[in-house]
Amino acid sequence: MLYDIFIDPFVQMYQMPDFFLQVLWEGFVAGILYALIALGFVLIFKASGVFNFAQGIMVVFAGLTLVGLNENGVPAYLALILTIGVMGVLAYGVERVVMRPLVNQPEIILLMATIGLTYFLVGFGEFVFGGEPKQMITEQLGLPTGSTAFEIGDRGLVILQHIDIAAAVIAVLMVTALAIFFNKTRIGRALRAVADDHQAALSVGISLNQIWAIVWFAAGLVALATGIMWGARSDVSFALEIVAFKALPVLILGGFTSIPGAIVGGLIIGFGEKIGELYWGGLVGGGVESWLAYIIALIFLLFRPQGLFGERIIERI
Amino acid sequence: MFYREAGQFKTSYKADQALFPILQDRVGLAVILITAFAVIPALANDFFLTSIMIPFLVFSLAAIGLNILTGFCGQLSLGTGAFMGVGAYAAYKLTSIFPDANVIVMVLLSGVFSAAIGAIFGLPSLRIKGLYLAVTTLAAQFFLEWCFIRIPWLYNYNASGAIEVPHREVFGIVATGAEATPLARYFIVLGITVLITFLMANVLRGRIGRSWMMIRDMDIAAELMGIRPLQTKLMAFAVSSYICGVAGAMMVFFWLNAAEPSSYSIRLSFQVLFMVILGGLGSLGGAFMGAAFIWILPVVLKFVPGLLGFDLAAETVEHATFMIIGALIIFFLIVEPHGFARLWQIAKQKLRVWPFPY
Repeated sequence: MLYDIFIDPFVQMYQMPDFFLQVLWEGFVAGILYALIALGFVLIFKASGVFNFAQGIMVVFAGLTLVGLNENGVPAYLALILTIGVMGVLAYGVERVVMRPLVNQPEIILLMATIGLTYFLVGFGEFVFGGEPKQMITEQLGLPTGSTAFEIGDRGLVILQHIDIAAAVIAVLMVTALAIFFNKTRIGRALRAVADDHQAALSVGISLNQIWAIVWFAAGLVALATGIMWGARSDVSFALEIVAFKALPVLILGGFTSIPGAIVGGLIIGFGEKIGELYWGGLVGGGVESWLAYIIALIFLLFRPQGLFGERIIERI
Repeated sequence: MFYREAGQFKTSYKADQALFPILQDRVGLAVILITAFAVIPALANDFFLTSIMIPFLVFSLAAIGLNILTGFCGQLSLGTGAFMGVGAYAAYKLTSIFPDANVIVMVLLSGVFSAAIGAIFGLPSLRIKGLYLAVTTLAAQFFLEWCFIRIPWLYNYNASGAIEVPHREVFGIVATGAEATPLARYFIVLGITVLITFLMANVLRGRIGRSWMMIRDMDIAAELMGIRPLQTKLMAFAVSSYICGVAGAMMVFFWLNAAEPSSYSIRLSFQVLFMVILGGLGSLGGAFMGAAFIWILPVVLKFVPGLLGFDLAAETVEHATFMIIGALIIFFLIVEPHGFARLWQIAKQKLRVWPFPY
């Protein structure tokens, strides 16, 4: 038993490096996708202190809109632009209808409101586009398909899907773009000011409403990119919603307010989950992927309650 | 005019400390209890009992359980569904190990197991707070759900992986199983719910309840004033999980007759959380109002298009229901973030000063 837990998995890793590398790659890709969802959470949490539970469903909604438009005869790129427009309208609507009346409420109320938004978007998406899973329009969007196999010395093959490579590249580009946006532009500075202190930001003439709309729009764009990538790996369906919960332990690991944290947390969870499932999962009957991420986060939090990159929690009376 | 404490003099400490010191409250409560115990059973048909009243009471109890943790002790939890599941599976195992025992006692006992599990998953609450804690309770949710699927002992090695409630009699009346009448189930569920509600109403206004509220309002200050955070929080987790466990056991024993792991999924957790928040955090009455809103509204909405003469597909109605519920949740949060309980208080205040504006 002890041998199975502590020695055997490492022996396997050494003996079959190709399989191990494949697992690592899978973990990496899963981690990137978790990180992308977490990124949307972080953007909104940073700017408005709202824990946006609807981020997962925004991913599904964006993907569904894109595919649904394409099915109705809109060319792929036009559909993409239209979907961006839809996410903009959604962002403005959320700011106007949900956020503005609820300003200054306790965080649990805001959390509840975003769960209400989740219900609404689920109903709305199914109402308009139907509940069946849909195929992502990978080829029409010009995303690569197919795969490449690499040889690892003479000990086997590692197969990389092109779409996964594209996902990684897009994720890196998006994070870079966001970093530049946050650090170099006027709006980005305003965003950071709002994140630091709402009242101080207001007093120097930054419009909170405008900033929130922008942030929700940015989160919508991140959701769209995630939706495309994830949709290309499997179907676009509401089952994604459950997977989106995985972004929560990622957030916890990284800290709610840190963009690098979201990325690093995503990768830790992605690697940990795949390695845990494939090397240790068999010992308890498999399927540990569904909860391992949460347990990792839980144990981690016991030692660092504010997450990896989170701001230190200072408590006053 | 109708609701006024003026003129009701208390002549003893006992009267002053009573659970319901105001006469109108006592009358109102008596009316509600008579309605629940006599009027509804006399008038309602089986459909009303099985698909509205029984689930409503079960969910009310679950909402009370979560309310104790979230509303009174301030620890946000998303693991309610799993704790209800623990109660259900424990009750199932208990009834199959002790087939001759009284099934009501078994249902009440099953909560003890759920309380133990709840206390274990409550341990991190000592260090982790707020939304971080909410996410860690997700660990409980997904881990326990996994256990319900992967540990065949829990469902007696059934091929289907589901638990089915056996036929049991209590005092000569069929209480569970397919043959039990809705009326018998209703009375059992109502009895347990009322009992636990009164028990909790008393606990919450006593020392224990007050220490929970101190922890909720400011845990560091409470600690400085001599409240032990570990014991207090774990007690809140245990009591809350006990009630949720009993509610979960009732859910399968007196309502669904059979349950599978997916019955206790994260959706159930959210549903109960909605009830608590819309009803009003930190209010027992609010738990009932929230449960009524969240459970009864979709049932009613299903029949609205038919009544209006529209012929819509069942799917469309379901999707529309989702949308309407989501929109209503946001609407009520905007109108009254403190829930229906606060609306009820405002109404009482209006009654107090009526016919004058203030």
